[in-house]
Amino acid sequence: MKLQMELNGKKITEEISPDLLLLDLVRSHGCYSVKRGCETSNCGLCTVMLDGKPVLSCSVLAARASGHRVETLEGLEEEAKEFGTFIANQGAEQCGFCNPGMIMNAIALFREYPDPTEEEIREYLAGNLCRCSGYEGQLRGMLNFLAYKKEKQTEGGAV
Amino acid sequence: MRVVGQPVMKKDAMALVTGKPVFTDDMAPKDCLIVKVLRSPHANAVIQSIQTKAAKLVPGIEAIYTWEDVPKERFTMAGQTYPEPSPYDRLILDRHVRYVGDPVAIVAGENEACVEKALRLIKVQYEVLPAILDFKKAKDNEILVHPEESWRSLCPVGADNKRNLCAVGESHDGDVEAVLAECDEVVERSYHTRACQQAMMETFRTVCFLDTYGRLNVFSSTQIVFHTRRILSHALGIPKSKIRVFKPRIGGGFGAKQTVVAELYPAFVTWKTGKPSKMIFTRMESQTASSPRHEMEVTVRIGAMKDGRIRAIDLFTLSNTGAYGEHGPTTVGLSGHKSIPLYGSLEAHRFAYEVVYTNVMSSGAYRGYGATQGIFAVESAINEMAARLGMDPVELREKNMVREGQYMPAYYGEQANSCALDRCLSHAARMIGWKEKYPARDMGNGKVRSVGVSMGMQGSGISGVDVGSATIKLNEDGFYTLSIAAADMGTGCDTILAQMAAECLDCSVDDITVSGADTDTSPYDSGSYASSTTYITGRAVEKACRKLEEKIRREGARILDCPEDDLEFDGHRVTDLRDGRSISLARIAESSMCGSTNALQVTESNSSPVSPPPFMVGMVEIELDKETGHVELLDYAAVVDCGTVVNPNLARIQVEGGLVQGIGMTLYENVQYTEKGQMLNNSFMQYKIPTRLDMGKLRVEFESSYEPTGPFGAKSIGEIVINTPAPALVHAIANATGIWFTDLPVTSEKIAMGLLEKETK
Repeated sequence: MKLQMELNGKKITEEISPDLLLLDLVRSHGCYSVKRGCETSNCGLCTVMLDGKPVLSCSVLAARASGHRVETLEGLEEEAKEFGTFIANQGAEQCGFCNPGMIMNAIALFREYPDPTEEEIREYLAGNLCRCSGYEGQLRGMLNFLAYKKEKQTEGGAV
Repeated sequence: MRVVGQPVMKKDAMALVTGKPVFTDDMAPKDCLIVKVLRSPHANAVIQSIQTKAAKLVPGIEAIYTWEDVPKERFTMAGQTYPEPSPYDRLILDRHVRYVGDPVAIVAGENEACVEKALRLIKVQYEVLPAILDFKKAKDNEILVHPEESWRSLCPVGADNKRNLCAVGESHDGDVEAVLAECDEVVERSYHTRACQQAMMETFRTVCFLDTYGRLNVFSSTQIVFHTRRILSHALGIPKSKIRVFKPRIGGGFGAKQTVVAELYPAFVTWKTGKPSKMIFTRMESQTASSPRHEMEVTVRIGAMKDGRIRAIDLFTLSNTGAYGEHGPTTVGLSGHKSIPLYGSLEAHRFAYEVVYTNVMSSGAYRGYGATQGIFAVESAINEMAARLGMDPVELREKNMVREGQYMPAYYGEQANSCALDRCLSHAARMIGWKEKYPARDMGNGKVRSVGVSMGMQGSGISGVDVGSATIKLNEDGFYTLSIAAADMGTGCDTILAQMAAECLDCSVDDITVSGADTDTSPYDSGSYASSTTYITGRAVEKACRKLEEKIRREGARILDCPEDDLEFDGHRVTDLRDGRSISLARIAESSMCGSTNALQVTESNSSPVSPPPFMVGMVEIELDKETGHVELLDYAAVVDCGTVVNPNLARIQVEGGLVQGIGMTLYENVQYTEKGQMLNNSFMQYKIPTRLDMGKLRVEFESSYEPTGPFGAKSIGEIVINTPAPALVHAIANATGIWFTDLPVTSEKIAMGLLEKETK
C-alpha cells in the first residue's frame, strides 16, 4: 500500500507492506535513534512523536501514520542537545540506549507540563525503562534543566 | 589531583543523548543476511530427525544449518581467561537439546519475514526425555544433563558430568564445628536466591562480514573482544588469525555480554556463506536463551557469644548452572569468598559448594557474580543474630567488621590494605537517622515504617589472572590517542581512563582520544568484567603514560640538546630549566614524525597479585502496608569505599543503577518455569524490572580509603553496588513484620500471606 507522511519535516511517499511497523519504517529512513527494546510495549525506547504526541512506534502500524506528521530525535536535535546536556552533566546517560526514547517523552512532558513536580515527572516517564542509571541521576538532570529554563524565562521576561 | 576526582562528562555523552547511530545494529551493512535460530520446545530431548527441505524452498532463504553441519569439538561460551574454569560442554548446535530454547537449527535469509516463515516450516522429531528442573535434586540424579563422552573440564574444579556436577569445592580456616559448639547463639538458615536477568536495554546482537583478506569480522555488543575471538576459533574450528572482533557502543552489559551469546550463529553463517549477516536477539530470546544470574541456595551457620562476638561462619552454597556450565565454577566461589571476609573477628570459617546442571537456560555472569547471593545470606543471618542477641545490628557490625590492615583468611588470605567500612557504617547510620528509626514505627494507619542494614564487598579484578593494557601515542598538535580493549558498556571507562591519562600527562581530557576495543589494533585486555577496568586497566594506563612522558622528555632533550635531568615537562612545553629555552609538545610530536627513530608511543600491561575489595554499607527505610504487603521504598542511604573516586558523577550513577537492580531482584525479579521447563517470564510484561516509580529516594555518598596498589588509590565500583539491597530490604521487612524472609523475591503477596499466617497462628 502507499504511504505518505511527513518525517522530521520531510515528505515521504513509498510503497509499504500493511504490517510494517512505524519503528521499522523510521529506522529504514535513517532515524537510528529509535530503538527496539522489547516486543511488548513495555520499555519506551521506540518513542516518537505522532502529530506532536508521544507514541510507541513498535505499536503503531506505519500505515496508521500515513497522512500524519512523525518526529524522531533526529528532528529535534537542538532540543535534544539542550536537555540532553543536563542528563550528561549527571553522567546519567550511561549506555545511552534508552536515552532517545526517554528524551522524546521528556520533551513531550515539558511541552505538556512546563513546570512538573517530581511526582509528575516520575509518572509521565514511568514507561521509559532504564537499567543503567537507577533513574535518580536522570531526575537530577531534569530538575536542573527545569530550573535553568525557569531562570532563562525570568531573565527573558526582565528584558 | 587535577583531573582525577572531577565529574568530567562522558566522552560519548552528546552522541548518546542526541541518538547518534553508534550501536551495533545502527551500523550494520544494509544487505546483511538475517540470522535466527529455531529453538527447542522441550527441556530435555534428542533430535531424531530434522526436515529442512520445505524451509529451504522459501524465497530469500540462503542457508539452513543443523547439528549435522557444525564442528563436533565442545567449547564453553564463558568469557574467561584460557584455560577456562567453565567446562567444555557446548556445541554450536547439538543433537541433544537441554533446555527450552536450546538452538536446533540456524536459518539465514534475505529478510526477517522469509526467515520467520522458514523457521515455521522446519519439521523436527524429538525423543523427549524426562528433565531435571529442581536443582536440589540434580546431583546424582539418574537423568544426566551431559551424558556425552565428549564433555570435558579443563581445570580441576571438581566437575563430573556423570553426576550432574559442574563444580565442587571446599576451603576452611580453623575448626568451625568446634568454635560453633562453644558459641552461645547459632543462627542457621538457608537462603534461596533466584535467577535474574541483566535485562540491559540493548539485547544481544552481532554483525559479521568478511574483510578484504577473507577474514571473519565480528562486530558485536560484547564486553570481551579477545575472549570472543578465542571462543569463536574453538567453536568454528578456524585459526584465530582469521578472526577479528570489535565493538561499537554497547547498550548495557552487566555481565550478560561476558558470555558469547549471539556471536556464534552469524559468525558461522558468514564463515560458511561468505556473506554479511546479523543476529539481533528479540527480548524474548534475551529472556529465555541467555546468561542470567545463578540461582543459589546458601545455607549459613553463624555462631556468636552473648556479648556480640561473632566467632564462626559456616557456609554451603548449592548453585544452579542450568543446562551449560558458563561461569558455574567461578560465580559460586564469590558466594563465600566475598561474604565471609566482611567479618574480621572470626576464629574459624568453612566454605563449601556444589554447582549442578539442570534442564533450564544456562546461567552466566551478572553484576555481583555470586557475591550478591552470598552477601544476602550472610548479612541476613547477621541481622537475625542481632535480633536474637537483643543487640542493635549496627553495633553488632561495629564490633565484628573487617578493619583496615586485617588479614582476611576467607579472601584468599589477602590483607585489607584499604578499608573504610567502619566509616561507611557510621556515615550511613547518620544519613538515615538509624538511632531514631531502628527498628520500626507503626504509623497507625495500617502501615509500618522500618529500617534495614547491610554491608557489602566485592573485588577489583581477578588476582593473578586479569590483564589490562593500554597504548598511548602522541600525535601532531600534541594530542594523544589511548588505545584499550576494556569495553565501555555505558559505564564510562573510556572517560575515566582518559582522565587518568590526562592526569599523568598534565593535559585536558579533551586532548585524549580513546579507541577500542578491537582485537586487531588494541593491546590485550582480558575484558571488562570482574570489576577490573578501573583497577587493572587503569594502572596500565598510568604506567604507559609515565613511560611516554619520559620519552617526550628524551625527545625534548635531543631537540634542545641538553641533559634530560634539567628538563621540565608541564604538559604543553618541555623547558630547559637552566636557561629557559623550551619547545612545545606540538613541535616534539612533529619532529617525531620526521627523521626520528624514537616512537612516541608506549604499550604497558598490568596485572595484580591482589584484588583489593571495595566496601559499602546500605541502609534502607521502607513503609510496609500490612493489609496488602506492599513495600514502598522511602529512602536508601548508600556509602561506598571504592578507594579514590575517579569520577564522582559516574561513580554515583554506578551506585544508583546497581541499587535499583538490587531492589528489583529483592522485590519482584524472578525467572520462573512451568513444570515442563517453559519460562513464564519471557518478556518485560511478565518480568518486571523497576521503573522510576519503584525506587524511592536514593542517596549516595563516599568514604574513600586509599588503595596503594590501585591507580591514584582507586578500587572498583561496578559490581559491589548491587549487593546491599536484598539483605537491607529483607531486614527492614523483618523489622516491620517480624517475619524473616529467606526466599527471594519477597513479593507483596508473600508478605501479605506471611502476615495472615502469623495472625492465624
